[in-house]
Amino acid sequence: MPEDLINSFMTGPDEKGRFGQFGGRFVSETLMPLILELERQYEIAKTDPTFWAEMDFLWKHYVGRPSPLYFAERLTDHLGGAKVYMKRDELNHTGAHKINNVLGQIILARRMGKKRIIAETGAGQHGVATATVCAKFGLQCVVYMGAHDVERQAPNVFRMRLLGAEVIPVTSGRGTLKDAMNDALRDWVTNVRDTFYCIGTVAGPHPYPAMVRDFQSIIGKETRDQMHEAEGRLPDTVIAAIGGGSNAMGLFYPFLDDKSVRIIGVEAGGKGVDDRMEHCASLTGGRPGVLHGNRTYLLQDDDGQILEGYSISAGLDYPGIGPEHSWLHDIGRAEYVSITDREALEAFQLSCALEGIIPALEPSHALAHVMKIAPGLPKDHLIVMNMCGRGDKDIFTVAKHLGFDMKV
Amino acid sequence: MTRIDRTFARLKAKGRKAFVAYVMAGDPDYDTSMQIVLGLPGAGVDVIELGIPFTDPMADGPTIQLAGQRALASGQTLEKTLQIVRDLRAVDEDTPVVLMGYYNPISSRGVEAFLRDAVAAGVDGLIIVDLPPEEDDELCIPAQKAGLNFIRLATPTTDDARLPKVMQNTSGFVYYVSITGITGAAAAEAADVGPEVARIKAATDLPVIVGFGIRTPEAARAIAEVADGAVVGSAIVSEIAAGKPVDEVLAFVRGLAGGAHAA
Repeated sequence: MPEDLINSFMTGPDEKGRFGQFGGRFVSETLMPLILELERQYEIAKTDPTFWAEMDFLWKHYVGRPSPLYFAERLTDHLGGAKVYMKRDELNHTGAHKINNVLGQIILARRMGKKRIIAETGAGQHGVATATVCAKFGLQCVVYMGAHDVERQAPNVFRMRLLGAEVIPVTSGRGTLKDAMNDALRDWVTNVRDTFYCIGTVAGPHPYPAMVRDFQSIIGKETRDQMHEAEGRLPDTVIAAIGGGSNAMGLFYPFLDDKSVRIIGVEAGGKGVDDRMEHCASLTGGRPGVLHGNRTYLLQDDDGQILEGYSISAGLDYPGIGPEHSWLHDIGRAEYVSITDREALEAFQLSCALEGIIPALEPSHALAHVMKIAPGLPKDHLIVMNMCGRGDKDIFTVAKHLGFDMKV
Repeated sequence: MTRIDRTFARLKAKGRKAFVAYVMAGDPDYDTSMQIVLGLPGAGVDVIELGIPFTDPMADGPTIQLAGQRALASGQTLEKTLQIVRDLRAVDEDTPVVLMGYYNPISSRGVEAFLRDAVAAGVDGLIIVDLPPEEDDELCIPAQKAGLNFIRLATPTTDDARLPKVMQNTSGFVYYVSITGITGAAAAEAADVGPEVARIKAATDLPVIVGFGIRTPEAARAIAEVADGAVVGSAIVSEIAAGKPVDEVLAFVRGLAGGAHAA
C-alpha cells in the first residue's frame, strides 16, 4: 500500500470530483450547469459559520445529537475478546443516520431558493428523513421508490404520505433503488429550475459524494470525542455496513489519517458472493464502471450492463458504492468484507437478546463482522460499530425468515 | 473529413435540411433491427443514430427505455451493435452512422478497443449522453484522435457563458435538445427554438440539429425550417414497439423525412 506516499487521506476529492480514478461528473449536459451551481453554493455554505450554526442547532434539538457511544457490555462478555462499542445513530429522529445528511442538503436547498425537493429511496429511510425535514420547512417533497420496494416497505410509504410527501412508485427497469435513482434524475432533468435533488448516499455526481460525507462525518467526529472521554484514546477498529456507504463514510472519514485505526466496511453478501450474483457486494464482487454520475465499483455483466443486487436488507440493495470507498479499497486504507443474510440475521437476534437493541438489518451486517473478529482480539482492543438504524422497519422481514407468523 | 462532414457539406450545397433518425440497435431483435437500419437510407434518412442499449438510460423517457430493454432481452450486445454497422457498410458506404448511448458499455469494453472496433466497423460519430465536456479526457479526445466525430448535446440550461466549453471539442454537428427533459417528452415550439438555434450558431460553425419531442412530418418541417435539420427518435421507436412490419416503419420514417426535407 502506498500509504507513506500520501500525506493525508482527507484531501479528496480533487477539482474534478475524483478520488483517484473514482467519482467524477458523468451526467447529461442539462444537469451539468445545475451540478456546477450546487458545487459553488456548497463551497460557500461549507465555510459559512451561520450554515453550521443552523445545522448544529437542528442536530441537537430536532435530531437529538450527539448520539451516545454505548459500551455493549454483555455482547463484549459474550464474544470474549475486544471491547465493543456501538455508535447509537439509530436513536436519531426518524430512526437512522439518513437525517444527518438530509438536514444539510435541505438547509442548502433553502439557501439556494429551491422550493421542490426530490429524493430516491430504497427501504424508505432516506425518503422518510427527506419527507420529515420537508414537512418541517414547508417544502414540496417528491420521493421516487421502486414499485417492488413500495410493496415490501408499506409502513414507510405510509409514513412519507403522512408527512405530506408524494411517493411515486417506479416501474421503469426492474423497479428497485437504482431505477428510483434513474427516475429521480429524469425528474431533475425535467424540472431544472425549481428542484433540488436530495441524494441519500455518498454516490452520484460530484459534489454529492463529498457533500454527503461531510454531513455524515458528524458520526465520526462525535465518536472520536466520546471515545476520548470513555477510554482516553482512539478506537482500534471502526466498522460499518455499506450499501451506498454514507453511514460508513461518516464514521470512517474523521479517522482516515489515524494510521493506528483499522477501518472495515461490511458489504451485503446476500446468499453468498459468487457467480450467481445474489449479493450486493460491489467491491468484493464487482468491477469499476460508470453509473449515476460517478465511476465506482459496480455489479455489471461482461457487456457493461448493470446487474440487480440482492440482499435481505433493502437498504443495502444497490449495485454500486460511493466512489470514495472504491478509492479507499484500491489504496488499501480501508478493508472491505461481506456478510451473508444468514450471518446478519444471527447478529440481529444477538443484539436483541444481549443488549435490548433491535437493530436494522443494515447495521446487523456490521455487527455480524464484529462477532467474527472480536473473539480473536485482545480485551483492550476497542471496536466501534455504527448502529446506524433501528430495526422497526425490518421486523416483518425478520419474522418471515424466522418462520414467525405476524398475522396472529 | 468523416461521412458526417461530407453529408452536411452536400446538403448545404443543395440547400437542403438534414433528417436524422434514431433507432435502438437490436430492437425488437437483431434481424428486424438490421432490416430497419438497412431501409433507413432509402427512406430519406441523412444520418442514422443507432442507440446502444443500456440497462440504466437516465436521460431517456419510457419509449427509449423499453426499446433498450427489448433489445437486451433479445440478446443485443455492444459487439452485435457494431455488427449492425458492419452489415450496413457492406451495402452502404455513404450514410453516416452515429452511435448514441451511455458510457458504461464502452468503458466496460475498454475505450481503446472500442474505438478501434468502431472505426473498423464504419462508425462515424458518437453521442454519449453522460459525458459532458468536464469528462472530455475519457472518450471525447481519444475518439477524435481515432477519426470519429464527437457530437455534443446542447440544452436550454447551457447558458452563453458555458456554450464555448460545450462547443470546444465538438465535431460533426451539434445536437440541440429543445426542452429540459427526457426523450419522448413534449415538444418545443419552433418559434421558441429559432432564437436558441441562433444562439448556438453564434458559438459554432457546425450544423445545428434539433431533437426531442418531434413526432410528425409537420413538426419535423417546422423545426428543420429554423435549424439545419431535425432528429426523430421516440416516434419511430413507438412504431417498432407497436409491432408494425418493417415496411410500415420505413413508410413512417419516409413521411418524417419528407417533412424535414420540405423545409
